[in-house]
Amino acid sequence: MSIAFWQKLDQTARSITPFGLSLLLVILSVVPTHIPGYAQIAPVLALVSIYHWAIYRPNLLPLFAVFVLGLLQDLLTGTPPGLYILVFLTVYGVVLSQRRFFAGKSFTVYWFGFAVVSLVASVESWVLGSAWNFALLDFNAVTFQYLLSLGIFPIIAWIFLRWQQAFLQQD
Amino acid sequence: MEQRPSALLRIAAPLKSLVQRFMYLGLIGAAFGLMLLGKVDAVLVDRVRAEVTDAVAPILEALSRPVATVSKGIQNFQELVVIREENAILKQQNARLMQWQTVARKLQAENVALQNLLGVVHDQSANYVSARVIAGSAGAFSNMLIVNAGTNDGVRKGQAVTSDRGIIGRISEVSNRSARVLLLTDINSRIPVLIENNRTRAIMTGTNTSRTKLIHLPPGARVTPSDRIITSGHGGAFPSGLPVGIVASVSDGGIEVQLFADYAKLEFVRIADFGLNGLVDMSVQKSSAKHKASGRTGKK
Repeated sequence: MSIAFWQKLDQTARSITPFGLSLLLVILSVVPTHIPGYAQIAPVLALVSIYHWAIYRPNLLPLFAVFVLGLLQDLLTGTPPGLYILVFLTVYGVVLSQRRFFAGKSFTVYWFGFAVVSLVASVESWVLGSAWNFALLDFNAVTFQYLLSLGIFPIIAWIFLRWQQAFLQQD
Repeated sequence: MEQRPSALLRIAAPLKSLVQRFMYLGLIGAAFGLMLLGKVDAVLVDRVRAEVTDAVAPILEALSRPVATVSKGIQNFQELVVIREENAILKQQNARLMQWQTVARKLQAENVALQNLLGVVHDQSANYVSARVIAGSAGAFSNMLIVNAGTNDGVRKGQAVTSDRGIIGRISEVSNRSARVLLLTDINSRIPVLIENNRTRAIMTGTNTSRTKLIHLPPGARVTPSDRIITSGHGGAFPSGLPVGIVASVSDGGIEVQLFADYAKLEFVRIADFGLNGLVDMSVQKSSAKHKASGRTGKK
């Protein structure tokens, strides 16, 4: 085996980690936590992932991967099929179009950006969910879910930033 | 020859962005298509969902165990803090329940004697399958659990799922190793219930919040807060008499029910096979799958 082969393998393994980590977050979001009241407002963890990689490494999380993540989120959590695909694609599209804005900005701006984008995502998911069920769904749960995801964001984002510095520097 | 790459690039760059934009719109269109498909052919989507869940089930099972252990540890510690008060409360409750036991024994004996006199036909006794909860989701969009038992373990679509406190939902999709439980709180859940003390029939529907609602009550029905709600057994899908919850509030907005089951704490559930086929008979489902118009029969 040549060295080039191993280098290529190493490179490939590193570059699929954004998708792998996002996939892990989709699966983690349905694992029962046994914390009273948490399940009702459990945040959509993969949203953080899609926001982060759309800003920093969109080439490693292509459009099609976002579609697959949304589909899996829908199938696992039992939401109307297509709901989270649309939400994830919206977030990805919005962030990608505003990518220049985020370049080289502070963590606070990066966090604030997520606050805006995930607000759009929450409202969109509520509208789509309500339309699919022909009933107005509980908006309080969506609001608290939004607030909790804002709180959880720095933890996941910090891990991703570290991960990126450690493993994805060469790109 | 030298100009070729740059010329190619000049055409390729906008073409690439056009393809990307087209792909973005295409995928959004596909997502809307999936939503429509979910409305039109719910049976197909359920099948796909069950298969995907089955594939992920081993990972979910592996992840759910350490989480359960940690939460159990925390719970043990919390219980240790309030152990004295808990003990006092339990002693009081025990004294009260001892009196109830005497009453219940007397009534049971009387009931058996009367039933023998009348020749009552008994309900079939149930076979239980106990399963671990390996995933769950609650909230505004869906309320469900995934358990690690499937057709291999004798789980069938439509069976009642119970916890130690009463009924929590029914099996909505089943695959080889896993099954999905539609919780009573889900907006798609409808079960026939009775108000225990005055035997008024009603349908209990989920609202995607922690409380459920009673609908289709007969005119003039009297409902007061703290009335107990039990399953009625109408339609033959569930047996009668399983505890469901108590009426929490009665207002113009509707009658809200607080369920007995605590979904956050569920680690194991019991799936009951009462030998009833009723409304969710598989043959009915197959024919409904053929006539796509009534594709959502399984959700009722």
